Amino acid sequence: MLAQFLQFLYSGMTVGSAYALAALGFTIIYNTSGVINFAQGEFIMLGGMLAALLSAGGVPLPLAIIAAVLVTGVVGLVMEKAVIEPAQNAQVVTLIIITIGASLTIRGLVQIAFGKGTHSLAAFSGDTPIQFLGASLLPQSLWVLGVTLAIVAALAWFFGRTLLGKAMLATSHNKLAAQLVGINTRRVLLLSFGLAALLGALGGILVAPITYTSYDAGIMLGLKGFVAAVLGGLGGGVGAIAGGLILGIAEAMTAGYISSSYKDAVPFVLILLILFFMPRGLFGAKVSERV
Amino acid sequence: MFKKTIIAAALSLIAITASAADPIRIGSVLSVSGPAAFLGDPELKTLQLYVEKINAEGGVLGRKLELVHYDDGSEASKANSFAKRLIESDKVDILIGGTTTGATMAIAPLVERASLPFISLAGAVVVIDPVKKWVFKTPHTDRMAAEKVFEDMKKRGISKVGLLSETSGFGASGRKETQAVAAKYGITLVADETYGPKDTDITAQLTRIKNTAGVQAVFVFGLGQGPAVVTKNYGQLGMTSVPMYQSHGVASDEYLKLSGKAADGVRLPTPSLLIANALPAGDAQKAIVTGYDKSYRDRFKVEPSTFGGYALDALNLSVDAIKRAGSTDREKVRAALESTKGFVGTTGVFNMSATDHMGLDLSAFRMVEVKNGDWQLVK
Amino acid sequence: MSMKSVLRSRHGGLLVLALVLALLPLVLPNAFYMDVAIRIALNAIVVIALNLLMGYTGQISLGHAGFFGLGAYASAALTTHFNWPPMAALAAGAAATGLLAFALARPVLKLKGHTLAMATLGLGIIISIVINNESQWTGGPDGIAVPAFTLLGLDVAGENTWYAVTAALLLLMTWLALNLIDSPVGRALQAIHGSEIAARVAGVDTTRYKVRVFVLSAIVASIAGSISAHYVGFITPGMAGFFHSIELVTMVVVGGMASVFGSIIGAALLTVLPQLLQTFEGWEVVVFGVILMGTMIFLPKGLVPSIAQRIRARRARHIKGR
Repeated sequence: MLAQFLQFLYSGMTVGSAYALAALGFTIIYNTSGVINFAQGEFIMLGGMLAALLSAGGVPLPLAIIAAVLVTGVVGLVMEKAVIEPAQNAQVVTLIIITIGASLTIRGLVQIAFGKGTHSLAAFSGDTPIQFLGASLLPQSLWVLGVTLAIVAALAWFFGRTLLGKAMLATSHNKLAAQLVGINTRRVLLLSFGLAALLGALGGILVAPITYTSYDAGIMLGLKGFVAAVLGGLGGGVGAIAGGLILGIAEAMTAGYISSSYKDAVPFVLILLILFFMPRGLFGAKVSERV
Repeated sequence: MFKKTIIAAALSLIAITASAADPIRIGSVLSVSGPAAFLGDPELKTLQLYVEKINAEGGVLGRKLELVHYDDGSEASKANSFAKRLIESDKVDILIGGTTTGATMAIAPLVERASLPFISLAGAVVVIDPVKKWVFKTPHTDRMAAEKVFEDMKKRGISKVGLLSETSGFGASGRKETQAVAAKYGITLVADETYGPKDTDITAQLTRIKNTAGVQAVFVFGLGQGPAVVTKNYGQLGMTSVPMYQSHGVASDEYLKLSGKAADGVRLPTPSLLIANALPAGDAQKAIVTGYDKSYRDRFKVEPSTFGGYALDALNLSVDAIKRAGSTDREKVRAALESTKGFVGTTGVFNMSATDHMGLDLSAFRMVEVKNGDWQLVK
Repeated sequence: MSMKSVLRSRHGGLLVLALVLALLPLVLPNAFYMDVAIRIALNAIVVIALNLLMGYTGQISLGHAGFFGLGAYASAALTTHFNWPPMAALAAGAAATGLLAFALARPVLKLKGHTLAMATLGLGIIISIVINNESQWTGGPDGIAVPAFTLLGLDVAGENTWYAVTAALLLLMTWLALNLIDSPVGRALQAIHGSEIAARVAGVDTTRYKVRVFVLSAIVASIAGSISAHYVGFITPGMAGFFHSIELVTMVVVGGMASVFGSIIGAALLTVLPQLLQTFEGWEVVVFGVILMGTMIFLPKGLVPSIAQRIRARRARHIKGR
C-alpha cells in the first residue's frame, strides 16, 4: 500500500519538477513584460533536442549541454529583439498570437532540420533505479529535483543580491518607475527572455533522459508549464515550484487511484477550481487595480 | 492512298504523343505534419522516391506518373477538404492516403460519391469492415495485431493479461479490437489502463498493473515514443519478469534505441521489412523488402519505416491494377484492385476479393523478440 | 441616395456582403472552391460571435473550440445513436452548450487577462478530453460519422445547397452582430471594454452583459459546430481541441478586433492560407508562423481596422491639402 503510494509520489515529483522548470520560465517573462510566452515550451524542446543530437553526434555530454543551453539562450534573445520589441505596446491577445507564431516557427524549423523522430539523451549518472522505501526512483529524477531547487536558490540570490537582478525585479514591479531611476528596461526585457530560454533549455535537458525529446515535445510541456505557473500565481520561484509539483503529483495520484484516461484533464480541472476560488493563484500577490 | 497513310500516321502519332504526355495522376493526402507526422513523413518520402523510380523506368502504360500530394496536418477535417481538391480540381485517377483512421473515414464518403479508387494507409479494421466499394487498404488491421499476439501468448500458456493502451486513435482502436478478440484465444484482460501519447512518465499505470492479482503478461498498444517510455518505466519498476508484448506500432529500430536494455524479451508482431536482412533466402518477400530497405537508406540515410512500406505497397498495387486494367478507367482499375491475387508487397502477400479489401492474413505478420538489442524471429 | 452614401450607411457593408455571396458561385470553378467558401462561411460565423466577446467586450477566450465541438458531437451522437431528427439534435446541442456556458460564465468572467485566458483554455481542453475518452458515444479519437442533415424530410446535400444555407446563415449573423453593436447593448459592451470600472460607475450591469455575450457566443459556436458536422459528414475530437481554439482567436485578431467585417476577412484568410501554403512543401508551419508574427507586428489592430485607418488618414490628408 505504502509502496504503491510512494511510487505514485515519486512519479508525480519527477514530472512535477519538469513542469516547475517550465513554469519558472513563464513566470520570469510574465513578470518583466506581462507577456505570456507560448513559445516557452519550444525553448524546453530546443534544449533537449540540441543536446540529444550533439551528444549522438559524438560531442561529450557536458559540452553538448552547455552548447545546447547557450544556443537556446541566443534563440530567446533573437526572439525578443525580432518579434517582441517591435510589438511592445500591443494588446495582450496580439502578443499571445505573436508568441504562438514564434513557437510555430521554431517548431517548424526544428521539424525541417532535425526530422520528426524521437531522440533520447543519456542519463547523467546511469539508468539503475534506486530503491527507496519500497518504490523505485530513477537517478535522473534526483538530478531534476536537485537542479531545480538549486536554480531557484540561484535565482533568489540573483534577484535579491545582484544589481542586474534587482533591476529586473524593479522593472517587473513598475516599469515606469524603473525607467525613471535609470534602468534600461529594454535591456531588462531582452535579458529576461534570454534567461527564460536558458532555464527552459536546462529543464529540457534534465528531463530528456526520462521523457525523450522530439520536435513536438514542447507543446504539452509548455501548456502544462503555463498551468503550473498560473497555479503558482505567476509570482516567483516558490510559486512556480509549488505549482509544478502540485500539478505533477495530482496527475500521478489521479492516474494511480482514479482513472488513467482522465489524468490529462487534472491540470485543467485543478486550475479551474483554483482560479474560481483563488483568482490570484496560490502564491499570487494581491494586486489593487488603480482606476 | 499515300496521302491517307501519311495523314493516318500523323494523326495516330499526335494521338500517341498526346496520351503519352498525359500523365497518370496519383493523388495523396497524408499527415506529414502534426501528431501523426512520423507516420506520414516516411509515407510521403516513399511515394516520392518510387514515383520517381517508376518514371525513370518508363512509367506505366507509356505514361508518366504524377504525384499530387497534400498535407492534412493530422486533421480529419482538412483531409476531407484536400480529398475534395484532389477529386474536383486536380482530377486524379486514384487516391492513396489517409494516414490516420480519422482522415480515411473522412475521405471515404467522398471517393464513394466520386467513384474513385482509394487505397488507405490507416490501421483500424473499420476502414474495410464493412467493405466499401471504392475503399481498399494496405496496412494490417489492429485486430490482426491483437490476434497474432494472443496466438503467441496462448502458445506460452498465458491467459491473464494486463492491457495498456494509448489514448490516440491507434491505441483506442487497438484496445477495442483487443477486447473483442480476447475470449477467442482464452485470454482474460485483468487490467485495462491507458496513457497519453506524449506522457513523460507511465509508472503510475504500470504500478497498478503490476499490483493486479494474477497478471501473467502485459500488452502495450501504442505508437512511437509512448511505448518506449512504457518500456523504460517497465525496467525501472523491475517488471521485466512479466513478459511484455507490444503492437506493430513500435516495429522500428528507433524503439530499440530509445528503450535500451529494458526492451530485451519484448515480443511483437511486425511486417517482414523490419527483419529484411534476416529473412531466409527462399522467403517470398525477401526481394522486395531488401530492395526497399536499400533504396530508402541510400536516398534518405535513415532506416525505412514499416509505415512507409504501406505506402509503397499502395503505390505498387495501384500500378499493377492500372496495368491489368489497361487504362485508368476508374471502374476497371477498381475491379482490377479487387481481383489482386498473390501480390507480394512489403506488408505481406495480398489476396483481395469483393469481400476483402485488405487481402492480408495473419501470416503477413512475423512474431519477433528483442534479444541483445536486436530483432530475432520467434519460431 | 448616391452610391457613396449607401455604402457608408449602416447597411452598406451588409449589402456588399450579400452581393459578394450571391455572385461568388458564378465565379467559382468547381465544387472544391465551393467547399472552401462554405468552410469560410462557417468559420466566419463563429469568429463574428467570438469577436463580440473578445473585440467588443474585451474578454479573451482560448477555449471556444470546445463549444464548437460540443455542438458537433451533440448532433453526431443524438442523430447516430438515438435517431433524433438533425434539427432537434442541433437545438439540443445549442441548449446544452448555452446552459454550460451560463453555469460557468459568472466564475470565469470574474477573471481577467491571463487568468481568464487560462480558465477558458482549461475549459476547452477538458471538453476535448471528455469527447476523446467517451468513445461509446463519441467514437473516440478515431471520430464518428455524421448522417446527412434533413430539413422537412429533404436531405441537405451537395455543395450548392450547403453554400446557400451557410451563406444565408452568415448574412443573418452579420446582420445580428451589426444590429447588436449599434444598439444600447452594444454601447454597453464597448463601455465595458473601455473600462469596466467606469462602466459600472455609469450604471452598466457589467456582469450581466458579459455573461450574456459569453453565452451567446457559445451558442453560436455550438450551432456552427453542428452544421459543420453535418456538412463534412465525419468529425474527430480535434475540432474541440486547443489548436482549433487558437485558430479561431487568430482569425479574430488578424481580421481585426471589434470589426464584424474584419472577422469575415480573418476567417477567409486563415481558411484559405493552409490551401495556399501547400506549395511550400514542408515549410508550411514555418511560413504560417512567420505570417502570424508579421501580421501582428505590422498590423497590430488587425487587417480591416488598420486598412480602414490608413484610408481615413489618406482622406484626411487629401481634405487638408485642398
